[in-house]
Amino acid sequence: MNFLERVRTCRYKRIDSKTAEKIVEKLLFIATLSSTLIVFFIIGFMFKEGIPALALGWDFFFGMIWRPPHNQYGIVPLVVCTFIVGIGALVLAAVIGIPAAIFLAEYAPTWLRNIIKPCVEMLVGIPSIVLGFFGLIVIVTFIRDSFGGYGECILAGWVILAIMTLPHVISISEDSIRAVPKAYKESSLALGATQLQTIKKVILPNARSGILAAMVLGMGNAIGETMAVLMVIGNPEIPFIPSSILDPVRVLTSTIVIEIPYAVWGSMHQHALFALGVVLFIVVAILNAITTAVMKRGEMGGGR
Amino acid sequence: MSNIEVSGLNVYYEKGTSHALKEVNIEIETNKITALIGPSGCGKTTFLRALNRMNEVNEVMTKGKVIIDGKDIYNGGVDVIQLRKKVGMVFQQPNPFPMSIYDNVAYGPRIHGTRNKKLDTIVEESLKKAALWDEVHDRLGESALKFSGGQQQRLCIARALAVNPEIILFDEPCSALDPISTSRVEDLLRELKKDYTIVIVTHNMQQAARVSDFTAFFLLGEVIECGKTTQIFEKPRDKRTEDYVTGRFG
Repeated sequence: MNFLERVRTCRYKRIDSKTAEKIVEKLLFIATLSSTLIVFFIIGFMFKEGIPALALGWDFFFGMIWRPPHNQYGIVPLVVCTFIVGIGALVLAAVIGIPAAIFLAEYAPTWLRNIIKPCVEMLVGIPSIVLGFFGLIVIVTFIRDSFGGYGECILAGWVILAIMTLPHVISISEDSIRAVPKAYKESSLALGATQLQTIKKVILPNARSGILAAMVLGMGNAIGETMAVLMVIGNPEIPFIPSSILDPVRVLTSTIVIEIPYAVWGSMHQHALFALGVVLFIVVAILNAITTAVMKRGEMGGGR
Repeated sequence: MSNIEVSGLNVYYEKGTSHALKEVNIEIETNKITALIGPSGCGKTTFLRALNRMNEVNEVMTKGKVIIDGKDIYNGGVDVIQLRKKVGMVFQQPNPFPMSIYDNVAYGPRIHGTRNKKLDTIVEESLKKAALWDEVHDRLGESALKFSGGQQQRLCIARALAVNPEIILFDEPCSALDPISTSRVEDLLRELKKDYTIVIVTHNMQQAARVSDFTAFFLLGEVIECGKTTQIFEKPRDKRTEDYVTGRFG
């Protein structure tokens, strides 16, 4: 009796644990599925809402004037401004970030690196609204006082976005510099190369794809960033293609935020804002795809 | 002509907590092959890297004298760039740069300022000296990474030769190679000693016996014995050397 009972519980338990395993597996699958579904749902929704505006075709994609009250939805000035702000910020971030990464990876003694790295990473943790506020109060005022104009302009956007992109550029670039095999560095030094020559001729060429990926990724971040940029670039009533870096501009993200309250539900204006979202999404997705491709090519051996 | 005199050499790792080389005294003769043997972690590679100050790449502390051509290389007056030009090095893993064969060999001369026509001559001569020219002369533009391990290692030798050194340090150059490639590199070493002074670290005692004229046996950071290779292998004076070369430990 006792024996039979034991057999029964044993078998019972085994079946039970098998079922449990299956249930858990299903639950995990559902969790995974839902996150994927959310992505597709959002993309689908965005496209659906955007289509009436996207269907304007030429007038939308190549229209030079964005003036919703007059039913003019040309996105060229917005896209141009977005890229001007994004690329400029990236150049600024690269000018500071790449040398910083080289210093951290190649020159800085361990103790110094242990101080600098966390500081740089702390930049990521600053909420963008705080950065924007800082930008508005400090950078915008500074630009207004020193160069004239409104102060809210492309230059302010560059500075703020560069600050936000800098930590990504530094840490990805540093990682890719560190990933260059030590053997390359040593054989270069053993041939009598100086450290600078070694960095220039061996380390940077081999870290190139990683650094490039950092740039593209930073670009994606910069273009998608909203809050901080919104606060410092001025956002003129009617967006125009700027002629000076002190001109106020409007980018894709800031336009969406500013105009949502005014867009009548179901109007073409609202569809157009969704279409802006679609454009933004596609641009960022392309940049991310480029990042992945560049990274992969770097991993597959630097053979050239 | 270079000979190397090492006296009272001490090397410490990790801020002095680990004593890698203890009071090493050796003389290395010109145009001879000197083999450094000993079990793993005995300091032979550290010693080798002390000869062209490559230990400085890591955080180490070096004390003592290494006199090359009458000058102590650890005395402030010696330029490390000139030193490393004079004392070339070939590493354990074949490590050509991910560039073409030509660019690999030309790397050294280029950083030292050689240009154009002269470069072609240097590349050709170096590859010939490294017994690689016949195999690669029509593929100079191809990536070095496409070649076999043995070819890559000979390329690394050619690369070291291209800056016209007097001494070449080999850090277990054959440990990643197959027997045929190994024997080609050994033939090459015998050929090279006519023009260069060679110091080679090896794990392989047969290799030391085959190629070297002198042998130094390292154990726990000390040189236990050093002398003619035939003497070390046939009539070792120290019991520990005898145990090691006869394969009783190591």
